[in-house]
Amino acid sequence: MGMTIAEKIIALAAGVPEVKAGDIHTVTLDRMMSNDGTTHLTVDMYHNKLSHPRVADPGKMVFIVDHNVPSDSPKTAASQKKMRDFAREHGIDFWEGKGVCHQIMMEHYVCPGELIFGADSHTCTYGALGAFGTGVGCTDLLYGMVTGTSWVLVPETIKFNLTGKLREGVYPRDLMLTIIGTIGANGANYQVMEFCGDGAKTLSVNDRMVLCNLSVEAGAKTAIFEADEIALQWLKERGREPKAVLHSDPDASYVREYTFDLSKIEPVVAKPDFVDALAPATEVCGTHIDEAFLGSCNNGRIDELRVGAAILKGRKVCDHVRFLVVPASQEVYLQALEEGLIETFMESGAIVMNPNCSVCWGSCQGVIGENEVLISTGTRNFKGRAGHPSSKVYLASAATVTASAVRGEICTADML
Amino acid sequence: MEKFTGRVWLLGDDIDTDIIIPTEYLAMKTIEDMKVYGFSPLRPELAAQIRPGDIIVAGKNFGCGSSREQAPEVVKALGIRCVIAKSFARIFFRNAINNGLLLIEQPDLYDDMKEGDTITVTVNEHVEYQGRQYPIASLPDNLVEILNAGGLVKAMRRRNGLDAEE
Amino acid sequence: MGQTIIEKIISHSVGAAVKPGDIVTVDVDRVMLDDIMMPFIIAKFQEMGFRKVWDPDRIVMIYDHLVPSSQIDDVRHYKAGDEFAREQGLTHVHRSDGVCHQLMTEAGYVKPGDVVFGTDSHTTTYGCVGAFATGIGYTEMAGILGTGNLWVKVPETIRVEINGELPEGVMSKDVILRLIGDLGADGATYRALEFTGDTVKAMSIASRMTMANMAIEAGAKCATFTPDEKTAEYCGIALDEFQKSLTGDADAVYLRTLSYRAEEFVPVMACPSQVDKIRDVSEVAGTPIDQVFIGSCTNGRLEDLQAAAKVLCGRKVAPFVKLIVTPVSRKVYEDAVRCGAIRTLLEAGAILTHPGCGLCCGRTGGILCDGERVVATNNRNFLGRMGTSKVEIYLASPETAAACAVAGKIISSRELE
Repeated sequence: MGMTIAEKIIALAAGVPEVKAGDIHTVTLDRMMSNDGTTHLTVDMYHNKLSHPRVADPGKMVFIVDHNVPSDSPKTAASQKKMRDFAREHGIDFWEGKGVCHQIMMEHYVCPGELIFGADSHTCTYGALGAFGTGVGCTDLLYGMVTGTSWVLVPETIKFNLTGKLREGVYPRDLMLTIIGTIGANGANYQVMEFCGDGAKTLSVNDRMVLCNLSVEAGAKTAIFEADEIALQWLKERGREPKAVLHSDPDASYVREYTFDLSKIEPVVAKPDFVDALAPATEVCGTHIDEAFLGSCNNGRIDELRVGAAILKGRKVCDHVRFLVVPASQEVYLQALEEGLIETFMESGAIVMNPNCSVCWGSCQGVIGENEVLISTGTRNFKGRAGHPSSKVYLASAATVTASAVRGEICTADML
Repeated sequence: MEKFTGRVWLLGDDIDTDIIIPTEYLAMKTIEDMKVYGFSPLRPELAAQIRPGDIIVAGKNFGCGSSREQAPEVVKALGIRCVIAKSFARIFFRNAINNGLLLIEQPDLYDDMKEGDTITVTVNEHVEYQGRQYPIASLPDNLVEILNAGGLVKAMRRRNGLDAEE
Repeated sequence: MGQTIIEKIISHSVGAAVKPGDIVTVDVDRVMLDDIMMPFIIAKFQEMGFRKVWDPDRIVMIYDHLVPSSQIDDVRHYKAGDEFAREQGLTHVHRSDGVCHQLMTEAGYVKPGDVVFGTDSHTTTYGCVGAFATGIGYTEMAGILGTGNLWVKVPETIRVEINGELPEGVMSKDVILRLIGDLGADGATYRALEFTGDTVKAMSIASRMTMANMAIEAGAKCATFTPDEKTAEYCGIALDEFQKSLTGDADAVYLRTLSYRAEEFVPVMACPSQVDKIRDVSEVAGTPIDQVFIGSCTNGRLEDLQAAAKVLCGRKVAPFVKLIVTPVSRKVYEDAVRCGAIRTLLEAGAILTHPGCGLCCGRTGGILCDGERVVATNNRNFLGRMGTSKVEIYLASPETAAACAVAGKIISSRELE
């Protein structure tokens, strides 16, 4: 019986020839990532709940401070200090202020064929390189850190056949919001979203990250692309080797199949307060906004900054709009600097922040107030996520977000 | 001449505006919201202990630092009757007068004073502590005018014809 | 009879010769309102019964303490400001362009000889171009908005004369810190500081700003520098006769004069938790640190970033140490991008934030916790200013701060390997 990519990765990690959906296996983890959202809790449990605390393999651990950077309160600072001290004591790779965790992981660690746990829901991003990344709670992470292993229930896989090519002015972000809107916020609960087809070949690793990253918003355990020549070239340029290059077998079993024609996708938004509250961008045009956000692990890479800067060039951010531009990593920032994009953003009146999670998770940067409206390239638009409970968040592409920042109300780039 | 007695809280030299009310709390909606955090970096328990009519006696340079008018407003909202210090920082001094918070400069009292003791203030004349009189200066005329008007806001209201001259 | 610079400015403003101790009412040339005080100023303005501001063109509103917003209520301050600006026809509004004190001179709002008030104590900064500028509370600001004037007491002047050439590794920050140490945190209370001498003349406007900015830390009402050709160029003007006259007369009366030889200055730090607790860097060298902050209206300008970049070029920030860099304004940020300083700082491992008051005022941008120690280029190391009261803050020059970031401990740039 054939296996999907996800099943093959689990089989490899479990050291068994074959797994099938519904099996429970003990797996050896290739890597674990933890950020400042929860690491302090993990460290507390490590010290207080274990009789024989040890770190199985510090070389597999990565700690990343990205959620509140720079820190906004003594409480945050104390959590981060706990994390820093633990990393120093145990020789764990430690990143602070260098970018959003998933971006750092993609730039420096993730390899095709790996099974990676991250104490953050958007760990599913790593499927863009043909790895199985999934979010876990801090208890699971602690178990993995101490034993180097964990258990997994092998998920079913949904196949997404992508055909055609996105039109000019339409982005992977529009595609993924459309997919989520179509299948619903629980449409892939506990399942794997596997993207394939000719359309997948038209997408860069960056584009694939946009898709995989948001898969958790459809409830998926993870999402995955085959590590093809595009992915392997990307990896090679970064000097890394794949653990395993895996393909789904022709007779692999899928729980469902969908086909999306990329050429039919239009600019869309997710309306407040649900990621699957899909609407054509044109439907909400004219909605007054107070803040716009270009950034996050979903949409803060060089491609999106290029899109934003091209729209902003020679234009100004609307007076009443606070436009936050937050590159996903220091590497992205430096590339944007090289290309003159940072200057464009600054000259247009944007607020350019250090790489971090920023208002995507409603932390210390760009918190919105009572009844305010934010249009965002972030991952979520849940009620109150970006600030006051009465505030509203629209999710849209970098192009739509930037155009709206210029206009002061929601609009698409072609309307400017 | 106005005369009052109060229990004393003793604070040191250079009690800055960030001690009186940290920046963290400055954007709260009202002074009432802020006042519980008064003096928190130095003595977190103090704000809850101060009772209306209490007096602060301090060393030199009280109120140094920022121009935040929330500082004298918080002191006043806590019920402090007056602050007696060896010296005051300039902006704090103006802000206090403009809000009707009485400040008195006195060079020696602080060194003799013990926290919790009571003193009696006779405005523009002296402070009495354990039988000894500590002389104090009277304020310049233009400040007396503002104080007499009940602070700068009232003075301006009068100027704008909103309140009648008394 | 001769006059000091501040006496000349106030005399010019009131149209009659004044002397220290005189209480006079001055017409105001420009006012600066910052975001954190905005709702309070407006409430007082309305309570006072004013309807219209005296002159919209003379009013500058700057959002900086709360940019970017870090708490839900922060945006209330922008909204209050925006609404007031709309209602009063104010056009000089900066919503994310940097720290107020930088923008006031950088954007050309303050000229030599002007009388300027701001709702922030570091308004003394504008003395760098020879203006009379000082901080006031929100009630007085509300009064000015309605009337266009304010009473002031003419201050006595303390003259500070510095001659000679500053040694390598010493910046104007070291000079002003030493001076605050010598004067004490209240040594210039109610007084004007007048800076003069060939060392001061040789300084850039940016270096003078650092000194004028921190004059308040010695309690000074204001600080003044004689406007010169650098001032004229910076302000984009030709100095008129009055502005050219703004120098202390030979027979002016000074409360006291402090004289220094520039060669005698060394890198120093203000140690926790008083601005006047000044020590030579060598005395505290070796103290481990957790964080370094380069920024603020004191030391976040291009020359400061360049001084830091020079130290950090080819080096890395020490492991587990955070270096936070906050350029003082949008323009400085852009200039630092163009000259390559930003790239150098980032490659060394800095965390670069958008221009604003952030960490210096303790709202966000790198707040610390109990037991942590920070070397910072800003102006205050008060208890609890950047976190809890158990955070130790050392104030230093950008060059020294950058060296500390590399070493992970206190060190002067001269000692760096």
